[in-house]
Amino acid sequence: MRALNLDYMLGLVPVLLKYLPLTLGMASLSMILALILASLFAIIRVVRFPVLDAATRLFISFFRGTPLLVQLFLFYYGLPQLFSFLTAIDGVTAAIIGLTLHFSAYMAESIRAAILGVDRSQWEAAKSIGMSTGQMMRRIILPQAARVAAPTLINYFIDLIKSTSLAFTLGVTELMGAAQKEAAGSFLYFETFIVVAVIYWAVVESLAFIQTRIENRLSKAVSR
Amino acid sequence: MIQIRGLTKIYNGVPVLNGIDLDIEKGERIAIIGPSGTGKSTLLRCLNFLETPEKGEYILDGKTIDVQKANAAQIKEMRLRTAFIFQNYALFANKTARENIAEGLITVRGEPKEAAFERSDAILRDIGMAEKADAYPASLSGGQQQRVGIGRAMASDAELMLVDEPTSALDPEWVDEVLQLLTRVAQAHQTMLIVTHEMAFAKEIADRVLFMEGGRIVEQGPPEKIFTSPDDPRTRSFLRKVL
Repeated sequence: MRALNLDYMLGLVPVLLKYLPLTLGMASLSMILALILASLFAIIRVVRFPVLDAATRLFISFFRGTPLLVQLFLFYYGLPQLFSFLTAIDGVTAAIIGLTLHFSAYMAESIRAAILGVDRSQWEAAKSIGMSTGQMMRRIILPQAARVAAPTLINYFIDLIKSTSLAFTLGVTELMGAAQKEAAGSFLYFETFIVVAVIYWAVVESLAFIQTRIENRLSKAVSR
Repeated sequence: MIQIRGLTKIYNGVPVLNGIDLDIEKGERIAIIGPSGTGKSTLLRCLNFLETPEKGEYILDGKTIDVQKANAAQIKEMRLRTAFIFQNYALFANKTARENIAEGLITVRGEPKEAAFERSDAILRDIGMAEKADAYPASLSGGQQQRVGIGRAMASDAELMLVDEPTSALDPEWVDEVLQLLTRVAQAHQTMLIVTHEMAFAKEIADRVLFMEGGRIVEQGPPEKIFTSPDDPRTRSFLRKVL
């Protein structure tokens, strides 16, 4: 066994960290869009809007039933062959769209379960004072569902951050893409990928720290 | 003020309300008594459209609402004219006591926040809950939660309060404070329809007592009459059991 090239590893950290903003940016934007989409899907499913409900179920079934990598290839390499206006789409955009749709399908089901878990009396009280369905959802039901869904949604966010590494297969130089290039130049594959692994790990761990704080804040209404 | 005509509600083929006719006068306090499962709560829930009745009409100031064909605007009008006080309080769990009372004013009536909170604080002082304004329902006792529930109904300025077994879910120690508050609200000539198992309270608060059984109003009259010399044998038999 050869010795690890520690100097190379230390030198690599600042080089790779330059790509962290792109990774986190893609993850955050995808997360926000996925949350909005997932909330819409969840409400459609809970309220059972006639045609939309069936369409949403098909959407969720497809995006949960196929690998993320296949979906990304389909968006980036496949769709532009059918629709020429899509050829202008770059790898980052394609990755964000793919990640958004993929994770919204998963998150929709968690949010739906959390909405259905909100006590029936909360719905009735909101209706009884004359709230519309939209007002009831926004002001009463979703905030309560958020508390229940938060741990699961943050888990999906962690998964999403790591899944942005797949964007390198679309030619995006994010954290993983940059590492790939560095390794190809130095031939120090172990050193390179262990540094990448540690960076992802550190990001996820700091998120877990924030997670505790978010959950504490959301639970203030139920703690005595 | 509100006339109910032929109100019918059917659950799984079983009629729970069997053609209820009832005229409610402004300022009237009506207590509804009767055995469990005879449609008392269902009647209140239908008036607030928490249930959709199968048949019947509500007549408000001469305007008729056919319950089966009621549109969203008519349902909202009924909900704004009535305020529901729930057996299990049903306070918004994500809102403080102050926000619970102000919520309808802000969201439904579109009042500015500050005005709504001022009104809410005034009500909280009135119901002796001022120091709990920022407390969430989970940290309040059952009695306190129900008082806020009553405060929420007071804030709505609804013509008709629908009070559904307000003390049934309460520990005995909290029953009195809730009944006292409701009595005070009633004394201000608030029109009320109250389903209750507390006979002494019904006797004290009501101008008129309805005895319901099997989805029908069996007998009605002033409390002195109903509680001392009811005409119907079913009323007599029920009162013998509960008094």
